[in-house]
Amino acid sequence: MSKQLRIVIVGVGGQGVLSAAKNIGGAALEAGHGVVMSEVHGMAQRGGVVVCNICIGDLDSSLIGNGEADVILSFEPIEAYRALNLANKDTIIITNTAPVIPVTASIGEMKYPDLDDIFAAIDEVNSNLIKVAATELAKEAGTALAANTVMLGALAATGKMPVSADDLKKYMLSKVPPKTVEMNGKAFDMGVEACNTGKC
Amino acid sequence: MAMHPVLDKDVNKKIFLLGNEAIVRGALEAGLDIAAAYPGTPSSEIGNTFDKMGEDAGVYFEYSTNEKVAMEVAAAGSACNLRAMTFMKHVGLNVAADAYMTIAYTGVRGGMVMVCADDPSCHSSQNEQDNRYYARLANIPMLEPSSCSEAKEMTRLGFDLSEEIELPILLRTTTRINHMRGIVNLGPLVPGKGKGYFDKDPGRFVTIPAHARTGHINLLKRMEKAMEISENSPFNKVIDLGGDEIGIVASGAAYNYVIDYMKSNGIKGKVLKLGMSHPVPVKMCADFMASVKMVAVAEEGEPLLENDLSKIAYQKELKVKIYGKNTDHFSRRNEYSPDTIKAGLGKLLNIPVNDNKLVPREVELPTRPPSLCPGCPHRHTYHALKKALGQKFKEAIYSTDIGCYTLGIQSPLNSADFLLCMGSSVDAAGGFSKATDQPVLAFLGDSTFFHSGIHGLINAVWNEHKFVYTILDNRTTAMTGHQPNPGMGRRGGGAPSKGSDIESIVRGCGVDFIRVVDPNDIKATTQVYKEALAYDGLAVVITKRACALLEVREWKKNGTYTPYQMDQEVCRKCKVCINTFACPAIELSNDGVVSINEEYCNGCGVCVQVCPFGAIGPANREMEVKK
Repeated sequence: MSKQLRIVIVGVGGQGVLSAAKNIGGAALEAGHGVVMSEVHGMAQRGGVVVCNICIGDLDSSLIGNGEADVILSFEPIEAYRALNLANKDTIIITNTAPVIPVTASIGEMKYPDLDDIFAAIDEVNSNLIKVAATELAKEAGTALAANTVMLGALAATGKMPVSADDLKKYMLSKVPPKTVEMNGKAFDMGVEACNTGKC
Repeated sequence: MAMHPVLDKDVNKKIFLLGNEAIVRGALEAGLDIAAAYPGTPSSEIGNTFDKMGEDAGVYFEYSTNEKVAMEVAAAGSACNLRAMTFMKHVGLNVAADAYMTIAYTGVRGGMVMVCADDPSCHSSQNEQDNRYYARLANIPMLEPSSCSEAKEMTRLGFDLSEEIELPILLRTTTRINHMRGIVNLGPLVPGKGKGYFDKDPGRFVTIPAHARTGHINLLKRMEKAMEISENSPFNKVIDLGGDEIGIVASGAAYNYVIDYMKSNGIKGKVLKLGMSHPVPVKMCADFMASVKMVAVAEEGEPLLENDLSKIAYQKELKVKIYGKNTDHFSRRNEYSPDTIKAGLGKLLNIPVNDNKLVPREVELPTRPPSLCPGCPHRHTYHALKKALGQKFKEAIYSTDIGCYTLGIQSPLNSADFLLCMGSSVDAAGGFSKATDQPVLAFLGDSTFFHSGIHGLINAVWNEHKFVYTILDNRTTAMTGHQPNPGMGRRGGGAPSKGSDIESIVRGCGVDFIRVVDPNDIKATTQVYKEALAYDGLAVVITKRACALLEVREWKKNGTYTPYQMDQEVCRKCKVCINTFACPAIELSNDGVVSINEEYCNGCGVCVQVCPFGAIGPANREMEVKK
């Protein structure tokens, strides 16, 4: 049985969760691994939570059970906390630090929590939290929309993927619009760098 | 333009496809000629794929006005000896059911595959009905894929099977299969015939009672043949993991979780995977049950296989105990996951559920429900109407419908009180207007209007119902992914089309009060609603404005996009924009500061009309401030 790897990507509709997932799965397939994943389409994309499951290796299930995730890649900090049931103490949790305020909080009906408290709550149960200022870095690279590429770079840098960072980057760049290749390449490298230095 | 990956000609290449794309590929490998559908999640990407491929696919594809129309278009294709396909979400089959039940009697000529996509857990639906009942109700053979490669193969072979049995094949998927992405091994693309010919046979295709009685006899004979095929189908197979302690019967997505669970826990036993699950292969099931010490059934939804197996065990006098929903090991509710199987089989086999999941201390999180997008014209419609209603808002009945505008249910719009299904808004509004003296309002979108909003309109005119019927014409079918509809000037596949004009239809139905208004003009829209509410009769208001996502895409392309901003010196923190308008781009910070998040702002500028103090204006521009 080949090595199994289960990755959960969480974020908010519009953050590019799906395209990041497709790049991870596609690169793994190109490297000869079995891949099956679950995507979210439809109503939830209108500002709701989007969760993608990527199962690499000899697996039939496209969903990841409680505590089964090897990696949680979260594009939004409170969504990392919300997905903790899928993690165990060894799970690598990588989260973007930039909040996306849900409408329930922006209209003042509910409160967006203090982020330090969220990170502390994660730290208490898992010592592998990696915080990446992906949205800020993406802006530096050219546009906030590339935050998902920064996150992809951060994932590659963990060494958890069964494909090298270079191969993942090459695959991703072959899928983005030609005009954005340079910017996405930069964003990816910034993600790699941030992961290598940003572990807390 | 690059060729769509589904059209890749490289035989034996392994590509990564969404379940819905795999279904399309299977049909193209089977020589499909004609396909028709109405979009509905989780089946929508099947049509989207045909739509994107356009003429490259070499098949006739249309978006039809609803699922029944689509099914009948496809049925005619099959009667002309062409391979035909229709696809819909589970509740779409309710709409098509009238045609569906009788196609079973006429049978098919060209192979016909009907895809119906169930939605256990109601990810994007109003119920979680189990459409496997429909296979039994009409007595039509059914295939249930568990993976993307099976989705492709079952579609491809489904056409052969359909022609062999002379019945349509129901390909029943669930959200998890439609939206699964997996590896598919490509076979050769097979061109269709193009045009067929209809050989008349009224004794078969005109279902007057005498013919229908014969049709029923033919159906029963055809299903006998289907039973023989099911007994030997490659889609029904036993996976032997060594040992006979337990035999698990599984279908669909549940099979995946079962097989991974068995392997990872080293459980010895057998799994009977039923891919052709109607008609249930009786002999195969009986032999399977006789070969194991106990049986468990893992199927999402209702205990259909479980009840069938119980019946078979009784008839064959088998003493084996059958576990499943009837023994409370599994639920009839929600889609399954690895956790469902862990819990159910763990309970049965006394294997503790050790999932090591993290249990962090509780931090209160805000919920993140889907909401109307920034700039959504539906929000503007609801906002203007609420202003026009004033005090009457509380008693007014909002009879809503299926589409993005259902999201008007969120606070503070609170603009949804009643919803059953496609078209229920206008039909029920008629009933409310007779049953109460409350103000009654109906809402549906342009695509839903064409789908099922016209009969109710005619009924309302005929029976002199009094309510305000709003058609939220955002120039697309937004919720399912921006598919075209008859009011948009283009057909499925991209060809231009004159289509139909909503206002003319409404007028043709005999409505006297019709107003068309741009909902982004809050003042004008409010005025229209005041008139409509005062009108003694049926008032139709068409709020016409393109979906914000399409508009902003256009603005960004032509360089006219400008986000808006809040002038903090002018803002008096009255929170009118937050409390009444609630565009997700307008944010209230924990310390009471109201600002516009330029990253989310779609630049519609309607909030300028909402702010009583003129604090909002285009970003990076001189603002005209009314102090």
